[in-house]
Amino acid sequence: MVQLTMAKAITAGLSAAMARNEKVVTIGQDIGKLGGVFRITEGLQDRFGAKRVIDSPLAEAGIVGTAIGMAARGYLPVCEIQFDGFVFPAFDQIINQASRLRFRSSGHVTAPIVIRLPYGGNVGSIEHHGESPEAYFTPTPGLRIVTPSTPADAYDLIQQAIDCPDPVIVLEPKRLYHSLKGEVDLDAPPRRELSQAHVVRTGTEVTLIGYGPMVSTLVNAAKVLADEGRSAEVVDLRSVAPIDWATIEASARKTGRVVVAHEAPRTSGVGAELAARIQERCFFHLEAPVLRVTGLDMPYPPSRVETDYVPSVDRVLEACDRAFAY
Amino acid sequence: MIATNAWTPRIVGDPTDQPDDAPADGIETVRLLAEDGAATGHPSYSPLLNADQVREAYRTMFLARRLDTEGTNLQRQGQLALWAPALGQEAAQLGAISALRPTDMVYPSYRELSMAMHRGLDPVAVFQIMRGISHASWDVDAHHFGLFSFVVGAQTLQATGYAMGITLDGADEVVLVCLGDGATSEGMVNEAFNYAAVFNAPVVFLVQNNQYAISVPNSLQFRGAPAARAQGFGIPGIRVDGNDLLAVNAVVAEAAERARRGEGPTVVEAMTYRLGAHTTADDPTRYRSREEEQLWAGRDPLVRTERWLRDQGTHDAYFADLASEADALATDVRARVLALEPVGITELYDHVLAEPSPALVEEREQVRAYLANLEGR
Repeated sequence: MVQLTMAKAITAGLSAAMARNEKVVTIGQDIGKLGGVFRITEGLQDRFGAKRVIDSPLAEAGIVGTAIGMAARGYLPVCEIQFDGFVFPAFDQIINQASRLRFRSSGHVTAPIVIRLPYGGNVGSIEHHGESPEAYFTPTPGLRIVTPSTPADAYDLIQQAIDCPDPVIVLEPKRLYHSLKGEVDLDAPPRRELSQAHVVRTGTEVTLIGYGPMVSTLVNAAKVLADEGRSAEVVDLRSVAPIDWATIEASARKTGRVVVAHEAPRTSGVGAELAARIQERCFFHLEAPVLRVTGLDMPYPPSRVETDYVPSVDRVLEACDRAFAY
Repeated sequence: MIATNAWTPRIVGDPTDQPDDAPADGIETVRLLAEDGAATGHPSYSPLLNADQVREAYRTMFLARRLDTEGTNLQRQGQLALWAPALGQEAAQLGAISALRPTDMVYPSYRELSMAMHRGLDPVAVFQIMRGISHASWDVDAHHFGLFSFVVGAQTLQATGYAMGITLDGADEVVLVCLGDGATSEGMVNEAFNYAAVFNAPVVFLVQNNQYAISVPNSLQFRGAPAARAQGFGIPGIRVDGNDLLAVNAVVAEAAERARRGEGPTVVEAMTYRLGAHTTADDPTRYRSREEEQLWAGRDPLVRTERWLRDQGTHDAYFADLASEADALATDVRARVLALEPVGITELYDHVLAEPSPALVEEREQVRAYLANLEGR
């Protein structure tokens, strides 16, 4: 067991995958000498060389598009996109190309690429640096999207994503990169399946569902609720596409109340899919409507007011109060 | 009547004063000032600015440099989210913008503080962005100065479209759009070059080639430099010493006049160097040498312009007064930046749609009530 930040856990996972399989390469802007803008690839070019840790020209469509081509030659490329707000030039390569190659080729061509995408707000930065774009990707058949909430999970998920035969976006909660430390067993096999949710805390009266940077907010809310004599279960989705419905439905049936939280805007967000499916499948078990605590239906705001935008413990508790009031 | 791009690149025949490290692609680097600030002759270009105009440009460069330093200081003191210094690129920026008319639209990248000041923006407007107060607060049409574009290269297509509108209007205007060497790798920029060529758009692409896209040097970014590549799009590509205020001005003026005459776009590659970090989040010691930085510090565009001005008889008193003015401006800007208050989150709903939808109005009222309740506790 070692204590690692989430950033170092991802570095360790990448490094382990590259050491295990020489077909694993990584490509992105500034990932060589600089080690990436978040230093996630720090040291990798020294260890694996510039042929496997590739500084790309400044072009996101180029990064993802060439990764698809390298994958067709048997390589396993891990793409780094610098920030959430900069992924969109690569949108066509992700949505129209990587995600449906298997489908449109009757299974003959696949794109086992990984796209690492730092996301999430409350990092005090400028425009396009604090966004949560997952809902632009989640409706896309053929694409897997995972996001860790702990260093240990990050270590597992990056390696599982690389091993996965499907294209996988790993949404990395950038606010936790350097702020969250945790124990990581570098030799243990992955503790969960790639697309499996995790019940972080068990409870009986309300289920709090979140992912990535929201999980710690939900755990903190659950602790406050416990002090008030209320028992909350916290479910970390880990995979926002596909969603582990069995775990979600079991928890919803058990508690009868569900509050979903994410930083992305409310409208047509992941929470909308959760609310719809839960009411379809668990209607007679519910004591209250599924409630959402989310970012606001506006573009991400200037950072001095972002704490009013990103869901807080208080906003989660306020939603729980409403759920209990039914 | 659309003119054809009957243009041939200027190939170096007998280079008189070329930088030692100029790209070896046969394209001349236009220069009017030697590195010591002495005027050099050029067969095709001559200075278009008189001493008073150079003094005015130098003043803006100098003030911008002072505020740039203040920006980095404020970020280090935790008062700004980020700062993107333009140290070393001031001549490329001021040389270009002073070749335009005030009614010519400028699309900046995100490092053009000095251009914003030239267009009469309160520099605090730029600091607002970096302090997380506002994404942008200035009146674009009033200043003919567009929004910063943090999505690298996106502005080049929009600038081209603006220029296409000028053509449709038959207006006597041109557009200048700023981008960096790294941006020229983006698909959007290559589309912009092609659109501008096809539609003969009156746009000047000012590529400030500061030699690094964060850590990635030109050698890993492209094999065909922007000035060379332009020719493949059917656009004149001209390389200029970006630390030479007079040369940048003369080259951009020529390009702007061509555009104004209906002869289409130009790519101007201004060779310069980012003396500072990419942003305050960057650490250049990881990817470039001290020797290289010192070489370029010796080519500082402010020093070169100052030498020329002194040769032209500008007195010490001018420079002393300017230094005092810069310090006073920095003190004033710092105080006003520290006093900036953000717009409340509920007011931001005003600018989501032209008329907020009922759902937006409802959400705004929920947020307002929630925040009022929090304050009331």
